[in-house]
Amino acid sequence: MRLAIPLTITFVAGMIMILQFFVPATQSLGESLQEWYMIVASFAIFLGAMNLITVHVHKIRFRAKNWKYSPVTIAGFAAMVLTGLFMGIETGRPFDFMFTTMMVPMGATMFSLLAFFVASAAFRAFRASNWRATLLLASAFIVMLGRVPIGSMIWNRIPLVSEWIMQVPNLAGQRAVMIGAAMGMVATSLRMIFGIERSYLGGTD
Amino acid sequence: MMKTLVVLSLLLTAGGALAQGGEGLIECFTAQDAPNDAGGGIDLVWTLSLDAVPPDSIVLERKDGDGGWHSIAALAPLSGRKTDNELENGVEYSYRLVPYYGGIAQEPSAEVSAVPGKQWIHSGRVGMLVILTLICIIIMYFIEQGKRGKELFIRRIAGLTAVEDAVGRATEMGRPVLYIPGIMDMDDIQTIASMVILGRVAARTAEYGSPLVVPTCRSVVMSVAQEVVKASYIQAGRPDAFIKENISYLTDDQFGYAAGVDGIMVRERPAAIFMLGTFYAESLILAETGRSVGAIQIAGTAMPSQIPFFVAACDYTLIGEELFAASAYLSKEPKLLGSLRGQDVAKLFFMVVITLGVIAATVGEAWEPAARVAEFLRTITNVE
Amino acid sequence: MAKFIEKLGTVDRRVIFLLMALAVILPLAFRMNLPIPIEEGPSKDLYDAIEALPPGSRVLLSFDYDPSTMPELQPMAVALAQHLMTKDIKIVSMALWPMGVSLGNEALTMVGDSLGREEYVDWVNLGYKTGGGVLIVRMGSNIQTVFPNDYDGNPIADMPVMEGVNKLGDFDMIISLSAGDPGIPAWVMMAGDRFNIPIGGGCTAVSAPQFYPYLGTGQMVGLLGGLKGAADYETMVRLEEDDAAPGTATPGMAAQSVAHLVIMLFIIIGNIAYLSTKQKKGGLR
Repeated sequence: MRLAIPLTITFVAGMIMILQFFVPATQSLGESLQEWYMIVASFAIFLGAMNLITVHVHKIRFRAKNWKYSPVTIAGFAAMVLTGLFMGIETGRPFDFMFTTMMVPMGATMFSLLAFFVASAAFRAFRASNWRATLLLASAFIVMLGRVPIGSMIWNRIPLVSEWIMQVPNLAGQRAVMIGAAMGMVATSLRMIFGIERSYLGGTD
Repeated sequence: MMKTLVVLSLLLTAGGALAQGGEGLIECFTAQDAPNDAGGGIDLVWTLSLDAVPPDSIVLERKDGDGGWHSIAALAPLSGRKTDNELENGVEYSYRLVPYYGGIAQEPSAEVSAVPGKQWIHSGRVGMLVILTLICIIIMYFIEQGKRGKELFIRRIAGLTAVEDAVGRATEMGRPVLYIPGIMDMDDIQTIASMVILGRVAARTAEYGSPLVVPTCRSVVMSVAQEVVKASYIQAGRPDAFIKENISYLTDDQFGYAAGVDGIMVRERPAAIFMLGTFYAESLILAETGRSVGAIQIAGTAMPSQIPFFVAACDYTLIGEELFAASAYLSKEPKLLGSLRGQDVAKLFFMVVITLGVIAATVGEAWEPAARVAEFLRTITNVE
Repeated sequence: MAKFIEKLGTVDRRVIFLLMALAVILPLAFRMNLPIPIEEGPSKDLYDAIEALPPGSRVLLSFDYDPSTMPELQPMAVALAQHLMTKDIKIVSMALWPMGVSLGNEALTMVGDSLGREEYVDWVNLGYKTGGGVLIVRMGSNIQTVFPNDYDGNPIADMPVMEGVNKLGDFDMIISLSAGDPGIPAWVMMAGDRFNIPIGGGCTAVSAPQFYPYLGTGQMVGLLGGLKGAADYETMVRLEEDDAAPGTATPGMAAQSVAHLVIMLFIIIGNIAYLSTKQKKGGLR
């Protein structure tokens, strides 16, 4: 019984969305469901915020492991929310200042770590252990050179070869993965809509 | 005399242009019910005569209930189309076009009428409906086969076979298992597939007594993960071992989450790390940090751009649909194995269609019947 | 010598990190500049598609990224805004990611002010709404129900830039600068395929390969992939406009070039060490 209600909701919502795609007369049903989804998704933001506060207050209260980081988290959260709510988010306001001077550089810094990790992963993992790996390595070199101006300085055809690799073998591989993954998604979705797959609801029958 | 003749000819030409409004200017004007909609729309299409002097503008008018005309749109003086929306179904609406020259309205075009209505089948998606029905029938058939106890073979997937070994390793080393369900929300199918696998992994950690840590990127995912893990622990007979605080929400921000998970990896030093779900640029950051702490890593995603990073940095990688096959593979449930088989057969069908289409399109360059076959395949697989 | 080669194969990753840092910092510090050749490809296709739009066209520009991918995507945003505004193409912008709004606003304000373009007449920022693909489908029928007001809270109904724009189909092109999901795939599937609107895009270099299938089928008219795509576009825009402000992607290409060479060098060193070890083990057998 515990699972019956969510399974029914899943089935009805799934069937409505499939139906409205093929039956234009039922489009308004689909649109209503989409509006419901947008409202529920907006509420989920509050759920996340409440959970964040609860977890960190709990850590501070019971002096859990690494509790000293929790006041920092709560202070940062409060600073952004309060300044945004009461002082506005336009350019020049404290919220915008914190966003451009703290959030933006921090986010870019984390993303920049990839450059270092790509180098160390490439050094460790790219081995010409057989002819397939060697072919892959050669393609990687051509594409890496083709994506920067130095490639055309070395040989003016490198960008063309690089573009061919992207547009032919790469495209074929990407299509194969996409089609396979799409088939997997269709099958998984059908299993969920018809209630065959239930473990994501927390348990079986 | 010459001057008079020139002025007269100019006047005649202008007059002729002015008289070209309406009937003469507009070669064709049609109105019909907008196709493939929920009703309330009429498609209007008009073509202007190439011989006529183009007007300054054209005004589209619709007839009122009392018989009067009112303007509903000012249009560019070109052939074109427009859809009039928010009309009442079943009621006839009449339209005309009025050309304007120098701000003066000319003879309007002939009146056209249509009745908007709703359609019950989208004509541009019939092919897809047939294909989808076929796929559903195939999958359902094999699910039934599975239910009836037919032996269904599934090939070995190294990453999934290694799940048990990974959890066992963590137990031996006395270190936790870290499970990362991706960075997307529960509306993402990969996250749902990840939750299914989490249930299986949680069952193993409950059996072996290893701590399971699940940091999530979305609050709804955290709630679902807590329920899934709790259910697994209860089913394994270890409800006491379930620690709710181990399944926590970090942040919605992609790199904030990556930083938080990296911190957990470096502090807790898990022995086994599972990264299953939707990942973006943070995939390599997580995988490399996991490698640096010496953990065995099993990753899986259907994001084509992230698979190479996981392959380079992890011990086992589930590629694309192997992630969706995981629930069937780990549970060995006949219904799930049946759907997996059905999915494979449906894929085989698509492979045949693609091969036929490629051959037909290639040969069709020189042989008309093949071109028609290619065109037919394009039509049935096209979605409007 | 053999021992030295073996040691090279197990070099501490901190050495790799240090050399990578130098490879990126030094070209930027010494303002190294490399010429950017313009070749046929997805970047040029997008440029040509925008060039073909007549003045007065309307383009929807969606900023679907956040600060972490700003170094790659913000230069694209600026170059695209420059190109569109110079051609008197009206820009209606929005974001499917919450932080994309401010980043988009920054780009449009900067370029708009430099070219004397007026907000609400030549461009407008509708802001952010949650929903992703669902939002796009809703915009397909009526934009005002989804965005009754713009980013600053002003009603969009009377804005000159929004005249004649009621639904997605009224746009002449949609361009999504996308760092993930929701992003380009959502626009292609929900807008391009459903409403037959040309879709252009800009994305991070790592995501670019996965959008080539859309280019191949014509579902996308062009694509700017990573910093290279941004640099290509900046170069093409500057070729047309003498006084276009220099972008930030072009100087980055020198650093990226050196970084790529360093990575290739490490791969070669790693393989030399690997093959030498393999040979040694083979010899012992």
